[in-house]
Amino acid sequence: MDPSEIHHRKPPKKAALLGVLAWIVGLLFALPVFWMLLTSFHKETDAAKNPPDVFAPLSLEGYQSFFAAGPWPALLNSLTASVISTTLVILLAFPAAYALSIRPVRKWTDVLFFFLSTKMLPIVAGILPLYLIAQKAHVLDNIWYLIILYTAMNLPIAIWMLRSFLAEVPVEMLEAAQVDGASLTRTLRDVIAPVVMPGIAAAALICFIFSWNELLLARVLTGTVAGTAPVFLTGFVTSQGLFLAKVCAASLVVSLPVLAAGFAAQDKLVQGLSMGAVR
Amino acid sequence: MSTANTTAEVTTAPAAQQQRSTQLAKAGDWARRAPLLPALVFVIVLTQLPFIGTLVISFMNWNAYYPDERGFAGLDNYKRVFTDINARQAVVVTVLLTVGVVGISLVLGLAIALLLDRKFLGRGVVRTLMIVPFLIVPVAAALLWKHALYNPEYGLFNGLLKWVFGPNAPQPDWITNNPLWSIIAALVWQWTPFMMLILLAGLQSRPLDVVEAARIDGASSWQIFKNMTLPHLRQYIELSGLLGAIYVVANFDAVFTITSGGLGTANLPYYIYQTFYTAQDYGRASAAGVVVVIATIVIATLALRTVFSLFKEESR
Repeated sequence: MDPSEIHHRKPPKKAALLGVLAWIVGLLFALPVFWMLLTSFHKETDAAKNPPDVFAPLSLEGYQSFFAAGPWPALLNSLTASVISTTLVILLAFPAAYALSIRPVRKWTDVLFFFLSTKMLPIVAGILPLYLIAQKAHVLDNIWYLIILYTAMNLPIAIWMLRSFLAEVPVEMLEAAQVDGASLTRTLRDVIAPVVMPGIAAAALICFIFSWNELLLARVLTGTVAGTAPVFLTGFVTSQGLFLAKVCAASLVVSLPVLAAGFAAQDKLVQGLSMGAVR
Repeated sequence: MSTANTTAEVTTAPAAQQQRSTQLAKAGDWARRAPLLPALVFVIVLTQLPFIGTLVISFMNWNAYYPDERGFAGLDNYKRVFTDINARQAVVVTVLLTVGVVGISLVLGLAIALLLDRKFLGRGVVRTLMIVPFLIVPVAAALLWKHALYNPEYGLFNGLLKWVFGPNAPQPDWITNNPLWSIIAALVWQWTPFMMLILLAGLQSRPLDVVEAARIDGASSWQIFKNMTLPHLRQYIELSGLLGAIYVVANFDAVFTITSGGLGTANLPYYIYQTFYTAQDYGRASAAGVVVVIATIVIATLALRTVFSLFKEESR
């Protein structure tokens, strides 16, 4: 039954008012983003007007000056770090999730909760040794170091999410594969993966978002070569003069991949954010 | 990898199975563990070892500006952390920030989840609108609040004030006047959708036949909310609050971007960043890092317990 059916016995006027209220709240929350969008398409001189000139002529000035500042290396670094680390996460998490659900190891709940507990250790608590190791090994400002760290950072979430999807794979299917004598790799790739593909996709999208957003590690461990988009953004507002349209354009462009991934994974977002505890 | 191959061979040759049963049990154990090990080793090496490093360095006198004075320091760094006025301020800021952001976004998130848990025209659109703040890169969101909303000369807030009250409207400098609240508001904006999503999922998992029965029995909406909805939601409230707290305690992006830790808003992660990155005092930064972990463990233990009870329920 639809949850809202119970409410329809309320006086229709009150129900309608609550619907309007929900709309107002939703629009208020989205308003800053709409404002950012509008401002990004204004000329700097119009964007700096007070009171604001909503109907000022639209312009691509903000985007032009953002792209003129050379964001491509940073955007590419972010893309590399997020895509490769997400791929590694899935490659490592998928077999691990199998070993924690379908053919569980002994004490598998302990292992599962160990993974979760590592996610609760703040990054800042390990950042100095990570920095010193990078310095010694000469991998400061190297995108691969960031990729490896992002992989470790996102593994627990992916394992938890994938585990809850794998738990739903029908047993008969696995038994059939076992009778056929399929190896583990083949079972995972040809039998299980196709069934849980939507789950894998959702986990991948969520790991992508977390890697793309990360600032602290990138800020400390990268510099001019491997700096990611969030690092680029933080160093972006040092220039003098008017820059509001440029900042809004930059923030939007950098957020676009996250918005796309988030909307694509909208149905599974809750599961990812709650480490798979809520569906 | 070799263990995995052994089992594969064994399943194709069941005749051999009886002879080597004990050996097999062991091999079977390892075959089960094999797919898990790469991920487990990876996570242990990259999350546990660095922390042990932090723990060791926290007992050392180590400042990169004075490399010759490196040595064992005992509890000195901890003493310095607890007597340093900036460190104590950072602890207070961290607590205020976490309690403020989590508390406010939980209450807002619950209210909005209740609003969205009913049918109305365009419910899906409103839910999508609500998620948007969470899908803005945190640094970008902080820049948006700092420059496009809070800026006293051309920010939207003062722009709206001028619009409504005319040219003589007050034009406060939001960040300078209320630095901590400025950060809290920006974070509440990003975290309310998070709370709302988890609580809405909780509301929608409510057994509706019971609610319906209670309504037929003449229970009022408030009675149903207080006696049925809220107890059912308790776990979800705990979970979202604790997970939110874990993220907000560790927040760096907003503090770094909006105030750069100035105006008394440096929280512990920012303090650690500054102590190690700018002041190069590795010992003291590590001691502060250990303090953060101890504080997080308290929250994390509670969070793990909540996840565990939800987890038990699900597997029943």
